[in-house]
Amino acid sequence: MRVTTTVNGEPYDVDDVWEGESLLYMLRERMGLPGSKNACEQGECGSCTVYVDGLPACACLVAAGQAQGHEIITVEGLTIDDELHPVQQAFIEAGAVQCGFCTPGLIVQTHDLLQRDPHPDDAEIREALAGNLCRCTGYEKILDAVRLAAERLDTVSGAQP
Amino acid sequence: MEFLAPTTWADALAVRQEHPDALALTGGTDVMVEINFDMRRPPALLDLTGVRELSDWSRDGDVVRLGAGVTYTRVIEELGDVLPGLAMAARTVGSPQIRNRGTVGGNLGAASPAGDSHPPLLAGGAEVELASVEGTRTVPIEEFYTGVKQHAGRPDELISAILVRSPSGPQQFSKIGTRNAMVISVSAFGLALHPDEQRIGTGIGSAAPTPRRAVEAESFLSSALDDLGLWESRGALPDSLTREFGDRVKAAASPIDDVRGTAAYRLHSLAVMARRTLTWAWADYAGGIT
Repeated sequence: MRVTTTVNGEPYDVDDVWEGESLLYMLRERMGLPGSKNACEQGECGSCTVYVDGLPACACLVAAGQAQGHEIITVEGLTIDDELHPVQQAFIEAGAVQCGFCTPGLIVQTHDLLQRDPHPDDAEIREALAGNLCRCTGYEKILDAVRLAAERLDTVSGAQP
Repeated sequence: MEFLAPTTWADALAVRQEHPDALALTGGTDVMVEINFDMRRPPALLDLTGVRELSDWSRDGDVVRLGAGVTYTRVIEELGDVLPGLAMAARTVGSPQIRNRGTVGGNLGAASPAGDSHPPLLAGGAEVELASVEGTRTVPIEEFYTGVKQHAGRPDELISAILVRSPSGPQQFSKIGTRNAMVISVSAFGLALHPDEQRIGTGIGSAAPTPRRAVEAESFLSSALDDLGLWESRGALPDSLTREFGDRVKAAASPIDDVRGTAAYRLHSLAVMARRTLTWAWADYAGGIT
């Protein structure tokens, strides 16, 4: 089937999509957007987190056909004028990226958190990231990165996460 | 496989009639896992996320009509005061990403004994609204679950809504899992005080082939509260009563050993959760909080 959707602001017609395939598969294998990672395929790990109409979702659990007519934003769509987003920059500087596999999902989920709540406390950060598993970097550095991103976004007056 | 994506409720019912073997899809948090892992290959997927009517909720007198497509995130954000037990359960579902997509209607359609919506819906005395091109009917929630992952809906029907009375008293929910997020419950329990009817509602999760009420425990506690005049006095509950209630809830379950826990632990934890939720709910009732 053909799926017509908007990804990172660009309209796409994607052909030959299998009716049972996930949005994640379509993004990675048919649209050349491998930023969202494929790990558990059951919504447990969060490494495929993307925005669907402004709400974070696991792309592995969204049927490709459910993206028809909807707006998807992936980690690739968060950069601003080819510059890393402050959340992305904070993850690098805080040492919150080791193997990097969980990072795209954590970036999208952190982006959403700071958009809704610019000053989260640690409990709120942990709750927001509860569905994103990291198996090597360690959550302490990730929490550091979220705090750093929150600070940076707060000091840049008028900056939108 | 076909992908059917109606955009109106009338179309959805017509499509359902033509494709009784299609698998209904909303948040995908169960269905897509089965497809990703090659555990299920339905001849068609019937995507209901485009049907706007399903994503509304409304109040008619003291009955809340929750559209089958309302997500957990919206239950938490919009219905915390209106359906407190269900909102408590919704907060324990998966992760933010899962709650943004998963729906109460989908939880009912999957009818897993471990679904988090079931205990509060059983305790609250909900009804499930089922619709087909022939018409609409409602099924009391305790008659809805007919077996492991089986429910009373016919192949030509879709779940349109869940009807729940606004609570007349405090509600509680408790769930045992290995961590606070991303867990399928080992066991779960929902409790509702119905002071207007001087009745207790219960719901057991993950401890029987289907979600079920602890009917005998409900009537035991309701009569005991009545005999002791506690509905009126709102006085302290005797410890012996909360313990006896816990034991009777335990007696209503018939769990199995599986990867998430043993039957013995499920029984023990149910007795504890029943006692605790009753204590919490009664503290609210005694304090005048409904």
